[in-house]
Amino acid sequence: MALGTAAGMSLAYILLPMFFVIWLAFFAQEIPSFPPEGYSLKWFRAVPGNDRFVSGFVLSLQVALVATAIGLAVGIPAALCLVRTRFPGREAVNNLLLLPLIVPGIVLGIALYVFYVEAELATGWPLLGSLGGLVAGHVLLAIPWTVRLVTASLTGMDRAVEEAAQSLGADRLTTFRRITLPAILPGIVAATLFGFIASFGNLEMSLFLVGPGRTTLPIAILQYLEWKIDPTIAAVSVLQILFIGAVMLLTDRFVNIGRVV
Amino acid sequence: MARLQLNGITKVYGDFKAADNVSLDIADGEFLVLLGPSGCGKTTTLRIVAGFIEPTSGSVRLGERDITALPPWKRNAGLVFQSYALFPHMSVAENVAFGLEMRKVPKAEMAPKITEALRLVRLDHLADRLPRQLSGGQQQRVALARALVFRPDVLLLDEPLSNLDAKLRLDVRVEIRELQRKLGLTTVMVTHDQEEALTMADRLVVMSEGRIRQIGSQQDLYERPAEKFVADFVGRSTFIDGRMDGPGRFVSAGGLAVACEGAATGAASLALRPERLALTAAAMPALDNSFPGAVEFISYLGSQVDLHVRLSPKDRVIVQIQNRPEQPLPVIGEQVHIGWSRSTGRVFPS
Repeated sequence: MALGTAAGMSLAYILLPMFFVIWLAFFAQEIPSFPPEGYSLKWFRAVPGNDRFVSGFVLSLQVALVATAIGLAVGIPAALCLVRTRFPGREAVNNLLLLPLIVPGIVLGIALYVFYVEAELATGWPLLGSLGGLVAGHVLLAIPWTVRLVTASLTGMDRAVEEAAQSLGADRLTTFRRITLPAILPGIVAATLFGFIASFGNLEMSLFLVGPGRTTLPIAILQYLEWKIDPTIAAVSVLQILFIGAVMLLTDRFVNIGRVV
Repeated sequence: MARLQLNGITKVYGDFKAADNVSLDIADGEFLVLLGPSGCGKTTTLRIVAGFIEPTSGSVRLGERDITALPPWKRNAGLVFQSYALFPHMSVAENVAFGLEMRKVPKAEMAPKITEALRLVRLDHLADRLPRQLSGGQQQRVALARALVFRPDVLLLDEPLSNLDAKLRLDVRVEIRELQRKLGLTTVMVTHDQEEALTMADRLVVMSEGRIRQIGSQQDLYERPAEKFVADFVGRSTFIDGRMDGPGRFVSAGGLAVACEGAATGAASLALRPERLALTAAAMPALDNSFPGAVEFISYLGSQVDLHVRLSPKDRVIVQIQNRPEQPLPVIGEQVHIGWSRSTGRVFPS
């Protein structure tokens, strides 16, 4: 009973801000104040008309998709190597790959910014504010999730199952495709989801990496806030919550996320 | 089915020899058991045959093929693991089908083979279940069907029964053995359980510290153990330390003069099987050896009773007697006589 109450309070604590954001999005007046003077959908209608939000959403989506894909391509082999082989410094590499989760995004952003400046000066390649530079930064956000979650599902897997497949006539590649991959799929799906969300919602690091005319959705929201505090922001947030929620629901249809995370 | 030959197999990890010059010749259709304590090299040997470990030196021949350098998937060996290792995301039928699929057997020919293999292990009615919906014993039988369906040249069993509960183990033992006979499968099984080994094997190999200690039938190992380790590991023995004082004469550390076989001299251990010793109330001059002693401890095992009898301040033996209503059991502290013939004790140099 006491446990139920505690759980209920925690849930309320988590949901309360979200509740207010959603409520606010439907306020009729321009300057949010309580009680609302009326309700309206005009802020939602305004969002598609705002180029900065639309292009921000498109860029965030593109960056998140590409960064997550690269993160998986790097993270899955890394996890396999970390779990399946023993080499000196293994633990250190493992921790190193999780570092982007621990280092504050703003520090990561500044570090990358300084690095890009130096690298651009040294090589002449236009790294600063480039799309490639932005994606590369976001890959750093996706890698720790991939490594962590795929490592977890690999660790829980019985090696004998793979050996059984090999004894039955499956070579290494077939064994990976038919046995290992299905076994770690929930981990991979969860990693994709978390990597995507981490990248899509990132603000602090991206601030240092975007270039002129290239703005992600969280930055577009921030910039809008500098000028106005009308419920458009709340409407955008609601749309973003709906979008992420849809992604999660869709994922849950294929893999039971609750089982892996 | 085929003959399996291991020739001087050695596997070295750093300065540790996991397998040390292991040579075996397993006849077509034979059931061979590798028996030994953990770390004795039996599993290493099995994994070398399966292809998961590459031997440092030596060769493996299966039928007419030298398979030493072949990867596991080209060996045509059926493997059953201790953990069953079923594919969790595939149904029972799909698990069994896997080996056939890898061999590119046409779909139409697969179905009857799968049904037949599942019928062999009496699980054809559960073909559509997932492994996690089966009991341990059923999973074990699926693993067996999966390893048999593609007609392997050799069946390798890695402690296949140790995850089953005791009662089920007895049934599965018989089941595996009957199946193996029926199909004429050349089989190598690894176990640390001597009872399992004794009941299932045609021939046993006792290993320790990476080396083969003795190869032979159940009787060979039990009646004529080649060394102290075998006498200790197979069946039960009490050991009396002492030395050989001349041909056929062993003197224990506690001063008992024992008539025995053997001509060697020097420090030695005398091994006595508890069930081969006779227990009487009075001395037995007809026997080669008869010593008085006091009962110090009694283990009541039901059909049998173990008596620990002190023969001298330094020598204590275990005597196993049948529990019969007409024979009253001695009590602790009671004086008894223990006797055995010259040929009962086996002497090993120590």
